[in-house]
Amino acid sequence: MSGATSAGWDRQQMADRLAREFQDGWIVNLGVGLPTLCSNTDIGDRDILYHAENGVIGYGPVLPPGEEDLHLVNAGGQNVSLRPGAAIVHHADSFGIIRSGRIDVTVMGAYEVSAGGDFANWRLAGAKGGGIGGAMDLAACARRVFLLLEHTTRKGEPRLVARCRLPVTARGVVTLVATNYGLFAPTGEGFAVHELAPGIDLATARAATGAPLLPA
Amino acid sequence: MARPGKVVQDFAAAVADIPDGAVIAFGGFAGPGTPYNLTRALLAQGAKRLTCIANTTGGAQQPRMPDIGMLVENGQVAKVVCSFTAATRPSDVLPFTRFYEAGAVEAELVPQGTLAERLRAAGAGIPAFYTPTAVGTELAEGRETRAINGRDYLLEYALPCDIAFLRAWRADAAGNLQFRLSQRNFGPLMAMAARLAIVEVEEPILPAGALDPDQIHTPGLFVQRLVAIPPAPEGLWTTRRQERAR
Repeated sequence: MSGATSAGWDRQQMADRLAREFQDGWIVNLGVGLPTLCSNTDIGDRDILYHAENGVIGYGPVLPPGEEDLHLVNAGGQNVSLRPGAAIVHHADSFGIIRSGRIDVTVMGAYEVSAGGDFANWRLAGAKGGGIGGAMDLAACARRVFLLLEHTTRKGEPRLVARCRLPVTARGVVTLVATNYGLFAPTGEGFAVHELAPGIDLATARAATGAPLLPA
Repeated sequence: MARPGKVVQDFAAAVADIPDGAVIAFGGFAGPGTPYNLTRALLAQGAKRLTCIANTTGGAQQPRMPDIGMLVENGQVAKVVCSFTAATRPSDVLPFTRFYEAGAVEAELVPQGTLAERLRAAGAGIPAFYTPTAVGTELAEGRETRAINGRDYLLEYALPCDIAFLRAWRADAAGNLQFRLSQRNFGPLMAMAARLAIVEVEEPILPAGALDPDQIHTPGLFVQRLVAIPPAPEGLWTTRRQERAR
């Protein structure tokens, strides 16, 4: 994020905060955009296996220019590294991993998330086309769905809302949301506040949220 | 009697007989496995009313390489079947999207795992299947769903293709293929889903028998034509993708 506000987390800090929730032994799928930043997070001695929808199992941080392998990309098309024990499969097997419930958590970007855990990330208002990618397969089949998104749109409208206005990717699946304002969990009635980012108070977060914010 | 050879000398010859109205699957995911040379040859060949199946129509990255969006711009495409018909970031506009919004081309938007499985089914002789993906979304409206063991699933049909355009790392003259790292993506599925698989190959094509039978990703019986990619600048090679400005 390019200095729209000095308070709150920047993009890597949002990803780092969410990655703290990954449990030892989890298989984690990272989507396009903000979620790819999670593979740069230092996960300490936790054994986390990163899966990308294009069939890469066991990848690590994005590589700097000159060190990349042009045959290897993550879901966002970035040239990543492989960790020891990595494996490659084709697309049908990659989505077999997803649909058969092997993914402990998928982290995706989104336009909107509702208090009921619905989310929208494939078609913008007024657009004829959309971009689904692997989002619907992941949302329907991963054991958990976490989202990483800016708390508001560029116009300042809330992205955490009572009900999604955009067409949904899946319903009732989101359990944790990290934004530049903090860490939140949909409860049905609103969003439980698990943590607020430095410089963000509850009143500021409430003013920027389209659903009730509740004590965790 | 020996089977006809599979090695074709150049890309123009490899695509010369593609008819108007063909259904063509294009391999590739964000670069690796994308058949740039075959796509460029098809732009010159000029077949029309094509149906193009791929993960995306391309064009989101710079420098731009030959892609389905260019075939659309060239008036060769009637329909695309893709998991992206628009970019997910409002600031990005796919070249394809302008033509789609203007009604110049049809599109079928398919979740990526469903796209892969529809191709796999076509290559495996399975006419249709049920999947949990997209249940409860706009994509499932008006379509057949079925409750199995208490969960709702959506009926999806196999997606057979006339032709597959693929890019592989190594091949032997029998058509056996090896892909390298994430180049594999849709390649093995599209080869099996198509009746005519045409493959651009990065390494010099090896004599039959040079590849270990245990290390083959796509067996040659699914591959009909091979073209070795010439060195740049004559051949098109993957370059480092430029990071999009954030």
